Amino acid sequence: MIGGLFIYNHKGEVLISRVYRDDIGRNAVDAFRVNVIHARQQVRSPVTNIARTSFFHVKRSNIWLAAVTKQNVNAAMVFEFLYKMCDVMTAYFGKISEENIKNNFVLIYELLDEILDFGYPQNSETGALKTFITQQGIKGQHQTKEEQSQITSQVTGQIGWRREGIKYRRNELFLDVLESVNLLMSPQGQVLSAHVSGRVVMKSYLSGMPECKFGMNDKIVIDKQGKGGTTDDAGKSGKQSIAIDDCTFHQCVRLSKFDSERSISFIPPDGEYELMRYRTTKDIILPFRVIPLVREVGRTKLEVKVVIKSNFKPSLLAQKIEVRIPTPLNTSGVQVICMKGKAKYKASENAIVWKIKRMAGMKESQISAEIELLPTNDKKKWARPPISMNFEVPFAPSGLKVRYLKVFESKLNYSDHDVIKWVRYIGRSGIYETRC
Amino acid sequence: MPAVSKGDGMRGLAVFISDIRNCKSKEAEIKRINKELANIRSKFKGDKALDGYSKKKYVCKLLFIFLLGHDIDFGHMEAVNLLSSNKYTEKQIGYLFISVLVNSNSELIRLINNAIKNDLSSRNPTFMCLALHCIANVGSREMAEAFAGEIPRILVAGDTMDSVKQSAALCLLRLYKTSPDLVLMGEWTSRVVHLLNDQHMGVVTAAISLITCLSQKNPDEFKTCVSLAVSRLSRIVSSASTDLQDYTYYFVPAPWLSCKLLRLLQCYPPPEDGAVKGRLVECLETILNKAQEPPKSKKVQHSNAKNAILFEAISLIIHYDSEPNLLVRACNQLGQFLQHRETNLRYLALESMCTLASSEFSHEAVKTHIETVINALKTERDVSVRQRAADLLYAMCDRSNAKQIVAEMLSYLETADYSIREEMVLKVAILAEKYAVDYSWYVDTILNLIRIAGDYVSEEVWYRVIQIVINRDDVQGYAAKTVFEALQAPACHENMVKVGGYILGEFGNLIAGDPRSSPLVQFNLLHSKFHLCSVPTRALLLSAYIKFINLFPETKSTIQEVLRSDSQIRNSDVELQQRAVEYLKLSSIASTDVLATVLEEMPPFPERESSILAKLKKKKGPGAVSVNELEEGKREGGELNGGGGERGGDNSTIAASNASTPSPSADLLGLRTGPQVSAAPPSAGSLLVDVFSEAGVNDDGFLSSAPPSAVSEDAAPPLPESNELLNKFVCKNNGVLFENQLLQIGIKSEYRQNLGRMYLFYGNKTSVQFVTFTTTVSCPGELQSQLNVQAKPVEPLIEGGAQVQQVINIECLGDFCEAPLLNIKFRYGGALQNLSLKLPVTINKFFQPTEMASHDFFQRWKQLSQPQQEAQKIFKASHAMDTEVIKAKLLGLGMALLENVDPNPENFVCAGVIQTKAQQVGSLLRLEPNAQAQMYRLTLRSSKDTVSKRLCELLAEQF
Repeated sequence: MIGGLFIYNHKGEVLISRVYRDDIGRNAVDAFRVNVIHARQQVRSPVTNIARTSFFHVKRSNIWLAAVTKQNVNAAMVFEFLYKMCDVMTAYFGKISEENIKNNFVLIYELLDEILDFGYPQNSETGALKTFITQQGIKGQHQTKEEQSQITSQVTGQIGWRREGIKYRRNELFLDVLESVNLLMSPQGQVLSAHVSGRVVMKSYLSGMPECKFGMNDKIVIDKQGKGGTTDDAGKSGKQSIAIDDCTFHQCVRLSKFDSERSISFIPPDGEYELMRYRTTKDIILPFRVIPLVREVGRTKLEVKVVIKSNFKPSLLAQKIEVRIPTPLNTSGVQVICMKGKAKYKASENAIVWKIKRMAGMKESQISAEIELLPTNDKKKWARPPISMNFEVPFAPSGLKVRYLKVFESKLNYSDHDVIKWVRYIGRSGIYETRC
Repeated sequence: MPAVSKGDGMRGLAVFISDIRNCKSKEAEIKRINKELANIRSKFKGDKALDGYSKKKYVCKLLFIFLLGHDIDFGHMEAVNLLSSNKYTEKQIGYLFISVLVNSNSELIRLINNAIKNDLSSRNPTFMCLALHCIANVGSREMAEAFAGEIPRILVAGDTMDSVKQSAALCLLRLYKTSPDLVLMGEWTSRVVHLLNDQHMGVVTAAISLITCLSQKNPDEFKTCVSLAVSRLSRIVSSASTDLQDYTYYFVPAPWLSCKLLRLLQCYPPPEDGAVKGRLVECLETILNKAQEPPKSKKVQHSNAKNAILFEAISLIIHYDSEPNLLVRACNQLGQFLQHRETNLRYLALESMCTLASSEFSHEAVKTHIETVINALKTERDVSVRQRAADLLYAMCDRSNAKQIVAEMLSYLETADYSIREEMVLKVAILAEKYAVDYSWYVDTILNLIRIAGDYVSEEVWYRVIQIVINRDDVQGYAAKTVFEALQAPACHENMVKVGGYILGEFGNLIAGDPRSSPLVQFNLLHSKFHLCSVPTRALLLSAYIKFINLFPETKSTIQEVLRSDSQIRNSDVELQQRAVEYLKLSSIASTDVLATVLEEMPPFPERESSILAKLKKKKGPGAVSVNELEEGKREGGELNGGGGERGGDNSTIAASNASTPSPSADLLGLRTGPQVSAAPPSAGSLLVDVFSEAGVNDDGFLSSAPPSAVSEDAAPPLPESNELLNKFVCKNNGVLFENQLLQIGIKSEYRQNLGRMYLFYGNKTSVQFVTFTTTVSCPGELQSQLNVQAKPVEPLIEGGAQVQQVINIECLGDFCEAPLLNIKFRYGGALQNLSLKLPVTINKFFQPTEMASHDFFQRWKQLSQPQQEAQKIFKASHAMDTEVIKAKLLGLGMALLENVDPNPENFVCAGVIQTKAQQVGSLLRLEPNAQAQMYRLTLRSSKDTVSKRLCELLAEQF
């Protein structure tokens, strides 16, 4: 189990230090600083073992979070906890930065006491936490005994993530499908590897204790239904269904039901939460195609031409497009011409960065650049790193579709039709690279 | 912010560095650097020429970036341009960049060398120094090639400035260290030596480093430096502390120079010239005297400098080892340091004393400090100092104080650092053995040793104690008693059980009279440890049990019960199972007489050098010197007679005497022949074992061969494979010559000059006896005149499972090609068996190895250049081309393998003389392997053409 948790700034100064177990000494704080933060060679492994002590770290901008243990713990659990910890902090005070952490250190210690007990992770649901750990100072006089006992019963009860007696005038529900698509493509346009990792994030403002059921075009479910229904229906839906490689759920989802019927039913927490996470590797819609053309003209010149093609419905608009074309390390000058957007040589990153604000589907655009090189006496060739790309598109590249989200609340008098539901798809680029 | 003086400051650089320092993260730093690199690239690329200042600035930035750990692959040209500048700062930055960044194989090296050459020939001393520093910093072979001729000239030239001379001397030293073959002093030698007389102390200090290094390589050329060094030293030592002004360090005159002078003198034997020697002794005495004077300053630097000279002087005294007076004084001085509160001084004193202890003059003086040293061992806090103290105790040990020292070391062992325990154990074991006057003391000590530090007692140590006990009748009873008592401890170390098992197995009868240690008690005691031990120990214990059956017939039933139990007879370990089965059978079938013969007491071990010493020598460490000393002492003293080396206490030796050895192949044979083997006399048995264990290595092709040949009274024709068999024995003398279902023929041979003796061992593999067993050896054709073979007659009857031996004497009269034939006839179950073999006698057996140098070899090689004298063969390798295997084969051939003769290290070159009665035939061999093609080229030249041909044929089959 986790023996201690430390938060450092970029210089390795300790901002937060909380030790849960006696086997973690004070020197553990320094050991991590010396061996990881100030290590001569950058430490790339997120798990470091120093003197029989394991350090698990994640980095958020310039802040290091490190969990320490002497035992043989489940590393995935520790990282899950660290990410949750980041989420909780973000939910409480926004961006994780040195300043924010310093300003909220009392709160952070309070949170750490709550979400870790003797090193065992406890309830880290932001919504639930916010009911009893607040930033408004002591509200003792405002909080009635009833309310307090309500919190206790909720936290210790079966449904720890939702309290009873929530009332909204408008029952509303927001559902976001956020996907990031990762790609590695050969210069000839062959897909070397591609996968999509997606999240379904919900924001629910529902009264009472509603029972929800979420349905999507999961291949297994569709096929099962297809068998029962007409053949025509099966043929039609088969095209649209997607194969999910693996998925994880929020704790509110009834896993037994998912196992038996593959239906996702749950009582949602109040407010924002992540319902599920999934990953697909088949039949991915690649929103952009990058066609590079690199020509070396003698030893001192390089001509680069890159064409990007958008590959989705013309009615949709991609946003925040950014193409990053790496330049050789001995570049001494660059001239760029592009039809659309803005392009610039960024010496500090050794790359030409081409930005386009908006681009509709089924279009293409191109950039050409002349790179002047300084002759070097080094014989080794330029490694030609891949061209990478960033974008945002309003559809799910995995092909996932939300089929329904039903809400049942038997006690209160509102039905599924009264709930206002919003669905949004956002596809972003993960590591989207094309070799050149 | 960085202070920037107006003249040579570089504002851009200062800004850049402060930017980097202010970076919040590594990523930010990399971004800043990338930006700067792009800027510099565009500046260098720019068409308009840069002025010296900006060039210097950018080169400086590149250097800074490089030192931050980033790769720099441009800017070299600009740096080289800076070299030709006339401004000091620009030149300096250029040289700095080049010494840090330019690697030796760069194509710019010619340009750089040119610039350096210009600077060296300029009259400006600062430029010359810069160039010299650059040469020394780069120090590559190319630099050495270009400037090794130039620098000595600068060094000895009359008009060179002192500071340049200093740099030149050190630069030359550096070049000499990297490529000694290029720095040839030749005519400069005497002038370099005379630099010792230079007015400028700095020059002398620099030059002496160079001279020390040079004189280590060729002491004769620099012999003259001794007298100069002595006079220089005496001038420094006798000078008042104020004389040398700049070179006086905390009231000590020129300490570095003094140390270096003393170290230089250590390269040479004591000066022969009386006057010089007197002066040197005087100097050394003065140094020792000064050590006694009250310190002139309380500062630590003062005493450090003084002690440095003192220690260097003491090592010189030790090196000379000829002045008893000085040695004793040095020893007394060190004795004072032993109690000094400075840890380093104590350490150094102990270390120097270690070497002093080995000198005959000061050994006694060192011994007077024994109490202090023992005290240091006990109370010292620093582990390295304790280690030195232990070393010193070991070095100062002799018969008079051995008991005390061994006792102290034993008691220290309990608290000693784990890393040095094994070494300590070895030392205690050696001392105990070497100075043992009383063997019961020795046995006690070693048993104590095993008790205290059992884990660190290596095999050799307990082998040794067993060897000694077996070889000394007078301690056997005592040893048995002590071991018995030691084993009674509830928990004892496995090594103790091993020693106990062995000794009780051999000499348990000596203490059996006492009812407290009656045979059954002894057995039960041993067996109580059995289950806690590892497999080898258990095997040893099983052997001890069978010995018990012999010693005490009354234990027979108990022991048989143990052997019969499933945990033994069905043990999963093959060795244990086999022992249990064999011993059980042996004890139930064999009569008491047979048992008594088989399980006789071990014969004394042959006298050999102690294997422990060898082990200690292998363990590297500062004690090594004294070990050698001790060893010499041992030879003189001849104190201990217990011998027996590696054969020692190996648990298989018991088994070896009854012909059932642990080697798997031999055991198989033992199984087949059953208990009869043990009827063979023990001496033959051990030979048999030898032969058979060889067989285990090379019998692959033999087992399936040779059906019983045609039944005929005439000698059968040689077996078809006998030529092949012959080839197996070209490079070795022992092994299995032949084997079929009935008969196995082992061979052991030895040759000296033109004479040879061959032992043939005929082993009956069946259980039925062979009758009318006759063998004849014949030399067909002209071999009769070339080889004289006489075979002793062999017994006509071979019992089933038994083995007989035949001796054949061979004399080589002239060189020969064929091999003598061996015909064997016998009746097996009425059927006549008849087979013929070729005896593995080949011409190369009569080789005498000849060592010769490269020069001689090639001279002789050329002498034997007539075409018929040479035989050459190119053939494909039939075995893996392993250098070690080839070497072993060539050595087995009988010639001397000459190292470092052939310019190509891959090739093998051998030389030898074949001794026949008629003449001697010198032969040279050259084997050139080609690993890619898997081919060999073998060339043989000898004074006789038939010999070359025959050898070539024989050898071509071997690789």
